[in-house]
Formats: sequence, structure tokens, C-alpha cells
Amino acid sequence: MEFDMVNNLILVVPELTLLILACLALVIDTFIKNPASRGGIYWFTQTSLIVTICLIYFYCPHQPTVAFENSFISDPMSTVLKMFICLISFVVFLYSRDYLKENDLLKGEYFILGLFAVLGMMVMVSAYSLLTVYLGLELLSLSLYSMVAMHRDSQPATEAAMKYFVLGALASGMLLYGMSILYGVTGSLQLTVVAEYIVQQSDANHFLVFGLAFVIVGVAFKLGAAPFHMWIPDVYQGAPTSVTLFISSAPKLAAFAMAMRLLVDGMFPLLGDWQGMLIILSILSMATGNIIAISQTNIKRMLAYSTIAHVGFLLLGLIAGSRAGFAGSMFYVIIYALMSMGSFGMIILLGRKGFEADNLDDFKGLAERSPWFAFIMLCLMFSMAGVPPFVGFWAKWFVLKELVAVDMVWLAALAVLFSIIGAYYYLRIVKLMYFDQPTSMLAIKASQQMRLVLSLNGLVILALGLVPNVLMALCISALTR
Amino acid sequence: MIILSDVLTLAAILFCISVAGIFLNRKNVLILLMCIELMLLSVNMNFIAFSHFLSDIHGQVFVFFILTVAAAESAIGLAILVVLFRNRNTINVNDLGTMKG
Repeated sequence: MEFDMVNNLILVVPELTLLILACLALVIDTFIKNPASRGGIYWFTQTSLIVTICLIYFYCPHQPTVAFENSFISDPMSTVLKMFICLISFVVFLYSRDYLKENDLLKGEYFILGLFAVLGMMVMVSAYSLLTVYLGLELLSLSLYSMVAMHRDSQPATEAAMKYFVLGALASGMLLYGMSILYGVTGSLQLTVVAEYIVQQSDANHFLVFGLAFVIVGVAFKLGAAPFHMWIPDVYQGAPTSVTLFISSAPKLAAFAMAMRLLVDGMFPLLGDWQGMLIILSILSMATGNIIAISQTNIKRMLAYSTIAHVGFLLLGLIAGSRAGFAGSMFYVIIYALMSMGSFGMIILLGRKGFEADNLDDFKGLAERSPWFAFIMLCLMFSMAGVPPFVGFWAKWFVLKELVAVDMVWLAALAVLFSIIGAYYYLRIVKLMYFDQPTSMLAIKASQQMRLVLSLNGLVILALGLVPNVLMALCISALTR
Repeated sequence: MIILSDVLTLAAILFCISVAGIFLNRKNVLILLMCIELMLLSVNMNFIAFSHFLSDIHGQVFVFFILTVAAAESAIGLAILVVLFRNRNTINVNDLGTMKG
């Protein structure tokens, strides 16, 4: 028994370390008296994330291994996703620092809540029973609700937080109701037992499909797929940009992992049932996202609708129902997180004290003010639109290829049509940057590290577009058992 | 004698009431919080019923976790509500629509 405990604990070393470091950050923050040195917690957070990344790398098992009576799994997929989650959060915190400093929000709370959210995401990625999925999800969601409300004097932020909270809690309730039905039918909380039970069932069990529908609603809500997307535009627009940046990047990876665990590991035999539901969600998301985004003037809100459209696209890989399709989805979600991080980072870069560059007009004539960052934004926007040399094209390509391989050509054609519609509003930003007169000629003020990392972010999008197979091979190897 | 389907029906009715409450209520944000709480409790009832009739303890363990998370959740919800009231001087749901597009 004691030996078992050691084996179990070894698998969760990265999570445990992150938990301890986050608690330590909480304690240190209360003892910092001098307001000037409160930024110190930033360095502590970044160090914790680096330590966690190293531990994830060193403690990854060669084979998928389960611990704690099948409620926690460590497999190649979880290792890859966790490392990306930590890496993306690291860059997000780096971008956030300038913004927080300028808006007098540079307090420990942002980073501590961020660390707990990262922990929640890691638990979600490794969850192998309904209970761990739920706990990871709530740890993530509760941290995000409070991060949105962090700017206490801002009316839009508090309104967004309230909406996010109510709709998020509703989604958790739906997910839980679905889980309770699954538990009742299969008699177990473990995803492996659930899967075995479904395989043994010869004919369709309507009660099980009923539970599945509720689980799908919960997952769709967390991913932000239409028609459960109502919270995304308001939260993205209302929250402080640094928080929007965080919400739009790493949690998407965790939501994808949750969908993989619940639908693929837990309910793969019900493929025929959830495929149909996901097709509806996917078409609706691509349609609402791409069409409504056209009429937006606020860039944060526009990117929110673009998120919805991208979520529709990433669901296509799950719909394909093959290992390669899942790998395509995983590639898509990682690339999406990188692109979204860069775009919101750009909004932060253009903002100054007391001024948020969140209107489309603020991007007018960026090419004259700063040719280099206009080029980086061009990379990001072209990539989001899916223009060939950039990696966004490959993300779409891999997903569509798998969709065609399972004879769903009509759906692939529809997806292409919607992404052509979507290209309009991304290219409009490029047009504003290169062909319009700037409204102000103020020089861009940002720290050296922010400029460097944001440039790297844009260049990675370009570089991965030239050699997409490196990341794709990683995704495929992560998903082959 | 209470059978499983009785409890499930009751839980389903409570769940429907809470969802309807969230969508129909246009007056007070506090009532939304109550609806969320009711929703989680109806799920708890489901879990306990299944756990009892399956003679499996895991369902009841899940309930403890849900209760704990629900407490944390309502604490955060009320905190956001306080901040909202301070900014707006109202907790009317209809006033929560300044962002449009």
C-alpha cells in the first residue's frame, strides 16, 4: 500500500509542486508591505511556471500511467498539453505585466489566481474520472471569474464578471447533471469503466444519450461553441485586456482536453451520437462567429466572435472521429492559443496609461507608426484568416483533410465557405494598418522584453507555417496509444 | 416505498425549476444565485439516489465535493455581486446589458 502511494505521488509531482508554489506565493504576497516591491510576485510566478515545465518534462512516464484508482492519468497527450499550457501562461503573464502596471492593477492577486487557474487546467488535462474533470474545471473557472472582476472600479468588468459567473455556473450545473446520469447508468465515475460499460451494451441506451447531451452542453459552454457562446463577447470586451488575453489562450487547451477525455476516452462507443450533436454546434459556431464578427468595431469583441468561429473549426477534427482527426484538432487548438495570445498582446502593446487600443480605428496606419509591429500583426491576422504560408492555414488544412478522409466533404466545403467569409474581417485590419492614415502618431511605449517576446510570437507563427510537420508529428505521437 | 424513479423525477423537476428561474428572472441577481444553488442541489439529489440504489459509495463522495465547490462558488458570486452593486447601485438583471454589438 505504501509503495503504491509513492508511485501515485510521483505522477502528480508537477501539480503538487505548482500547488505548493501557488500557496507560497499567496503567503509571500501578504507579507509584502512596500507597494513598490509588489511586482516581486511576478518573478516568483514566472519561476514557478518554469520549474513546473521542467518537472512535467522530467516526470513524464513512457507509457500512459494511471494513479489514484484510475482518477488521474499521465499520458503523452497530457504531457504535451500541460507543457503548452504552462508555456502559454508564462508568455501571457509576461505580456500582462506592462498592462497591469499602467492600470494600477499590478497586485499579487492576478498572478496567484493565474497560478491556481494553471493548476486547474493541469488537473483537467490529466483527469480520468468524472470527479477529477469536475474539480479541475471548477478550480479553473472560479479563478477566472475572480480575475475578470479584478478591476473593481470598472463597470464593464464587473458586469462581465457577473455574466460569466452566472452562465459558467449554469454550464457546470448542466455538466454535473449529465455526469450524474452517466454515473447512474454505468455505476462508476471512472471513465474507463464508463467506456467498458458502453461497449458491452448492444443496443442504444436512451438514458445514456440523455446524459451525454448534458455533458456536451457543458463542454460546448466551456469551449464557447454556439449556441452556448453568449458569455464570450461580453467577457472578452468587459474584462481587463490582460485577463482577456489569459482566458482566450491557455483555457482553450484545457477545454479541448476535457472534450477529449469525456467524449473520446469515456464515450467513444457513442461516437455516432455525439458526432451529430457536434456537427450542429460546429456549423452554428462557424456561422455566428464569422458573420457577427464582421459588424464589430471593438477589436476585443471582434476577436471574441473570431474565437467562436475557431472553436467551430476545431470541433471538426473531433467530428472526424479518427486519431488523425483528434491530432488535427489538438494542432488547431495549440495554434489558436498562440495566435490569440499574439493578437491580444498587440492590443496591450498599443495601449498606454488610461487608454486602451481596443477599437479598430486604433490600428489605423500602424505601418507608419511601427512597420515592424504592423508586420507582426499582419502575420497574426493572415494566420487567423488561414492564408497559406502561415500556420493557421495548416491548422485548417489538417482538420479538413481528416474530415474529407471520413467522407464528410459537404461539411468541409461548408467550413471553407465560412472561413472565406471570416477572412474579410481579418484582412480589414491589415487594410487599416497599411492603407489608412494614422489617427495619432504617438510612439509605441513598451518594455524591451514585451517587444522581444511579441516579435518572437509572430515569427513563430510564420516559422511553424513553413515547417508545420514538426508540431503535427508531436500531436500525432501524443495521441497514438 | 420510494423507488429510484421517484427521486429522479423530483430532482429533474427541481433542475427544471432552477434553469427556468435563471432564464425567466429579470429582476434580481440574488435570485440567480439561488437558482444556481438549487441546480447544484438537485444534481446532488440525483447522485445520492443513484449511490443508494447502486450501493456504491462514490456518488456520495462526489456530493461532498459538489457541496464544497458550491460554497466556494457562491462566495465568489456574492463577492462579484457586492462589487457590482458598488459600481451600479442596482442589482437589477435588466441593467446588465450595457455591452452590445
